[in-house]
Amino acid sequence: MEPNWFDEEAGPMVRLYALTRGRTRPASEAFDLIAMVVADTPYGPESPYGEELGLSPESASILNLCRYQPQSVAEIAAELDLPVGVVRVLLGDLLDAGLIRVSRPVPPAMLPDERILREVINGLRAL
Amino acid sequence: MASVHSDATSANPTATPADEPALALKILVAGGFGVGKTTLVGAVSEIRPLRTEEQLTEASRGVDDLGGVEQKTTTTVAMDFGRITIRDGLSLYLFGTPGQDRFWFLWDELAHGALGAVVLADTRRLQDCFPSVDYFERRGIPFVVAVNCFTGARTHAVERIGRALDLEAETPVILCDARERDSGKKVLIALVEHASRLHAARMLA
Repeated sequence: MEPNWFDEEAGPMVRLYALTRGRTRPASEAFDLIAMVVADTPYGPESPYGEELGLSPESASILNLCRYQPQSVAEIAAELDLPVGVVRVLLGDLLDAGLIRVSRPVPPAMLPDERILREVINGLRAL
Repeated sequence: MASVHSDATSANPTATPADEPALALKILVAGGFGVGKTTLVGAVSEIRPLRTEEQLTEASRGVDDLGGVEQKTTTTVAMDFGRITIRDGLSLYLFGTPGQDRFWFLWDELAHGALGAVVLADTRRLQDCFPSVDYFERRGIPFVVAVNCFTGARTHAVERIGRALDLEAETPVILCDARERDSGKKVLIALVEHASRLHAARMLA
C-alpha cells in the first residue's frame, strides 16, 4: 500500500488555495493586516451579494462582513477562519472588480500625528 | 432620510460607511514563548482575542521549549490580536507576535507601519526577549519592556532589568501583570507616550 504523501493537515490547505486558483499573492498589492476594507457595491442592502456577481461564497462573505462597517484585513481573516494569505488574494480580486474600498494605514513616517497620539492616550486612560 | 447621528451609524444599514477613512493603529506585543502575550492582548482588548491562521499551525509541535512555563500547552504560531476602539473611526489593534524566533520572517509584515511594540519579559527567562529587543532597536520602532510579574516570580528592580537587557536609557521598563486590564492599559499608555516623545524628537532632529 502506498503511503500518503500528505497528512490531514494538507487537506484544508489544498482546498484553501484552490479557492484562490492556486495563487498565493494578490494580483495588485499586499494588504496590511490593519488595512480597513469596506464594501463598495452599487447593490442595495437587500440584495444578497454573490449570486448576481458570480462570487465564491468566501468572497461574498467578505463583502457581507464589511458592508456597513469597515473591517481590518486581520478581522476578516479571523472571522472567515481563513489564512491571511488567502484573504489577501480574495481581497485583491474584489478590489480589482471595484467591489471594495481599502484605506491603507497611515505611512510610518507620518504616522504618529501628535493630536492623534494624544487622543489615543486619553482614550486609553478613559477605558 | 440621511442620518446625521454618528452614534447611530453602526446600526443603521442605510448609512454609507467610510465616508471618512477609518484610522487604525497597530501595536505589537512581542516576547518569548509563554510569556503572556495573548494574555495581555486579551486583558485589554474589547473583543475576545482573535487568531489569524497562517499555515504554520502545528508546525512547531514537539519543538517548543516549555521549561519553567509548564502550564502552557498550546503555542502561538499565528497572530493573536485584539482591538481597542478609541472612538468611531480610530482603533488600536494589538498583535501578539509569534513566540518562536524561527518565525521571525512574519515580524516584518507585522512590524510594518506599527506605532510601537510592547516587549513582554519574564525575569526567569529574560534572555527570551533579546531577539525582540534587538529587532525593534534595529528598526527604530518605539518599544517598552513590560516585565510580567508572574506569581512566585522574583520582582527584579526595573533598573537592573534595563541593564541586563542593555537597553537604551530612554527605553521605558515597566512592571506589569499581563492578566490585569488596568496594568495592561498602563503599559499601552507608557508605550504611546514613549512613541510620542520619540516622534517629537525626530521631528526636531
